Amino acid sequence: MSDRKPYILSGATGDWEVVMGLEVHAQISSKSKLFSGASTSFGADPNCNVSLVDAAMPGMLPVINKYCVEQAVRTGLGLNAQINLFSRFDRKNYFYPDLPQGYQISQFQYPIVGEGEIEVEMEDGSTFIVGIERLHMEQDAGKSIHDLDPNATFVDLNRSGVALMEIVSKPHIRSPKEAAAYVRKLRSIVVALGTCDGEMAQGSLRADVNVSICKPGAYEKFLETGDFGVLGTRCEIKNVNSFRFIEQAAEYEARRQIEVVEDGGVIDQQTRLFDSETGVTRSMRSKEDAHDYRYFPDPDLLPLILQPEWVENIKANLPELPDQKKARFASEYGLKPYDAGVLAAEADKAAYFEEVAKGRDAKLAANWVTQELFGYLNKFDLDLADSPVSAKQLGGLIDLISDGTISGKIAKDVFAKMIEEEGIAPADVVERDGLKQVTDTGAIEKVVDDIMSANPDQVEQVKAQAAEGHKKPKAMGWFVGQVMKASGGKANPQAVNEILKSKLGI
Amino acid sequence: MSDLTKLTLKAAVDGLKNKDFSSREITQAFLDRIETVNKDLNAYIVVTGEKALGMADQSDARIAKGEGGRLEGAPLGIKDLFCTQGIKSTACSAILGDFAPPYESTVTQNLWDQGAVMLGKLNMDEFAMGSSNETSHYGPVVNPWKRNDGANTKLTPGGSSGGSATAVASDMCLAATASDTGGSIRQPAAFTGMVGIKPTYGRASRYGMIAFASSLDQAGPIAKTVEDAALMTEIMCSADDKDSTSLHIPVPNWTKDVGAGVKGMKIGVPREYRVDGMPAEIEKLWEQGVAWLKEAGAEIVDVSLPHTKYALPAYYIVAPAEASSNLARYDGMRYGDRHTSGDLIETYETTRADGFGTEVQRRLMIGAYVLSAGYYDAYYLQAQKVRKRIAMDFDEVFSTCDALLTPTCPSAAFGFGEKAGNPVEMYLNDIFTVTANLAGLPAISVPAALDTQGLPLGLQVIGKALDEASCFKVGGVLEKAAAFSHKPTL
Repeated sequence: MSDRKPYILSGATGDWEVVMGLEVHAQISSKSKLFSGASTSFGADPNCNVSLVDAAMPGMLPVINKYCVEQAVRTGLGLNAQINLFSRFDRKNYFYPDLPQGYQISQFQYPIVGEGEIEVEMEDGSTFIVGIERLHMEQDAGKSIHDLDPNATFVDLNRSGVALMEIVSKPHIRSPKEAAAYVRKLRSIVVALGTCDGEMAQGSLRADVNVSICKPGAYEKFLETGDFGVLGTRCEIKNVNSFRFIEQAAEYEARRQIEVVEDGGVIDQQTRLFDSETGVTRSMRSKEDAHDYRYFPDPDLLPLILQPEWVENIKANLPELPDQKKARFASEYGLKPYDAGVLAAEADKAAYFEEVAKGRDAKLAANWVTQELFGYLNKFDLDLADSPVSAKQLGGLIDLISDGTISGKIAKDVFAKMIEEEGIAPADVVERDGLKQVTDTGAIEKVVDDIMSANPDQVEQVKAQAAEGHKKPKAMGWFVGQVMKASGGKANPQAVNEILKSKLGI
Repeated sequence: MSDLTKLTLKAAVDGLKNKDFSSREITQAFLDRIETVNKDLNAYIVVTGEKALGMADQSDARIAKGEGGRLEGAPLGIKDLFCTQGIKSTACSAILGDFAPPYESTVTQNLWDQGAVMLGKLNMDEFAMGSSNETSHYGPVVNPWKRNDGANTKLTPGGSSGGSATAVASDMCLAATASDTGGSIRQPAAFTGMVGIKPTYGRASRYGMIAFASSLDQAGPIAKTVEDAALMTEIMCSADDKDSTSLHIPVPNWTKDVGAGVKGMKIGVPREYRVDGMPAEIEKLWEQGVAWLKEAGAEIVDVSLPHTKYALPAYYIVAPAEASSNLARYDGMRYGDRHTSGDLIETYETTRADGFGTEVQRRLMIGAYVLSAGYYDAYYLQAQKVRKRIAMDFDEVFSTCDALLTPTCPSAAFGFGEKAGNPVEMYLNDIFTVTANLAGLPAISVPAALDTQGLPLGLQVIGKALDEASCFKVGGVLEKAAAFSHKPTL
């Protein structure tokens, strides 16, 4: 837990801290549902991906989808978590029109995955550890649509029975930014594993955010004793489906709770909803209204018993995970942990980087990918798949820098042209626009001589500064700038420096 | 040829195969019989005459070509608990309205695959909850048997498979499907002088069988003879990928066990089944059964099942608990009857209050209660522990004997309303039958004698898990020794 800074919210009566735990629902990437053969394709017409089982027709029975079980186990392994060879499905009973069975099949008492932990990176390069409490499989419900008719609710059962993994964290998250970073990390793991597509806008990944506030020191006491009583009462914000909303909702909720407490009120344990339009959370139901879910083992399903060899086989065939990739990028390419983390977080970015770095200066490649390319993509909110510059092109540009054909500065201009004229080879840009670096010392010397003779005062100034012992006289920079300007930026900067130094006698 | 309806299933199947008569003839004979007696007995709630004759003609065509399955052309009755494609299937509950499923249960499909002919859907207690058929939305089924006191009191056929038992006993079908959650095959079979068997849990698929209590429900037949029951059971049972609790093991040839005898078998007599207040003639019949088996060469051993007394309370916790959840899907939203009223909650309330009968509502409330926070451990969890103990009792006992002999019920058939006022007294009817459900064991009821009122009484044989064979062997011997040939007079 390097450099983890406590997140302090100052209230009228003093400082407050935030404690958060998240329940992330990740839809398992499976073509069919958890207990039926119905399709899970997104965007189908309402009630078209519904089997007799999903509609809870009389006499219909659930049959577990083995592929989904495998994905849950893979995810558990990716979270460095305990895989429970015995797990069981329970029924969570409640009435709602989009819950056809009148119960959700979930794993309450015996989840398939137990405790684990993951390391999460923050943008400033600091990291922290989040304990995973459990991961269990459960069915999604259908969708109620209230706004098509003033007097009726429409129900779409396409999602009914879709397989979800609920990943429950320990209350180890200490700021809204950390909450978003944690979900970002979870997402990178499930996407790397291919167990969830991570499409938050489509609802494939969404978070229930539990927020409580406490006075500084209380959290440390909690860690020592495990006593939740020393922490504040939590409120749960349901179904938040973007990193930004997670951060906003947590921030709002923490400040709301501080206000309530400082006004002499108490926090009610509540389930709340986040309104992304207004940035406000509002109460959905309080603890008193909470359902009694009457959990009990689903008698239609046998306990799930996994063979250790089956789990071992899955483990042996896991793809490289973001953390492993990050470590490899650091050791193999000598990257800084933060850059390695950024590049390793997503499989497509990592692959792009590796293609650029192959056989080239890896640090230079990392800089170009993270600074120039990602900078451009972020600015215009583009995915890597939409990048106008391919890894091959960017590699070619780096080759031109490395062999001295162009300077890093000119390379940025070439890069801009490559974006403008999608598909153009960097060498062609250099050739066409005459951007080749001038390394001919005779030509540079002539330019230097011309400038020196035209500016005798400046020459005197530099000499005087040098005589006073300045290793890098300020006026020297002025000369470099003049030479570069005169050469249209094409003069090799190293050569310019050397020639200037010798002519000015520094 | 009206006496075709009096044939056993075996005799009818043989006669059809030999072309002694056609499927159309025997099917028409049953339809005529139903036409004559069903209005008094109320066993069928749906008669599928046209469909039956169509199936019969198809069977006749196959028989003419020398083809056909093991039940080719044989007319059967189907308990309304089984979903039958395109035909009203409601578990005799108002809440399902005129629901006609677009799918077929595995059990009935197995029968049609062997050429059986469907006569119609049979009455039952609503959602199989009852021991007298009085809870059906379609009115009670009448037992074709009468007491010999001349009073002509209408008696119940037992339940929940009362329609199945009455239909077979009054020659309205050759045999019928039934289901047994706590005795719903065996008790009505005993009350009507028929044979009924509940196979080992998992033998018959529950796919398409409307659920009452998933961990206890098991399909089985009610038939006229042990051999007919064996034949039906062989065909109804199958490994089914659509039911996760289905056993993936081959179905044995049980018909050959029926005449195999019991020589050398050890039969246990559990002392805890000698309950207080048991009528002397039931006790006497039990002793008679022991004597018959001894004569046939079995060794009788006295055994103990110490947790028996907890079985009934445990059953009346587990079964309602599962039912309270299984029946949550009947909310009026997707099928069946919806009674709209006010907002969503009121619509749920009205739909379910109007749609479910009193006994179903009672059990749903018991079930919700025993699963609720604060009561789960004391009721549901405790009942599951008892259930485990009961299974262990059986394991223990079956290390010293091959099968158990008990009475099927503590009494003969009773009159309408005689127990309906007191649910607990009604529940006591299941006292000898629920243990087999709790432990998942096979158990058969065979008619053994008439009591002094002239009503049939049954003896029950409980076998080890998967050992239906012993049930059929012992049942066959009892059937032969009892030579029960009495028929109700209609």
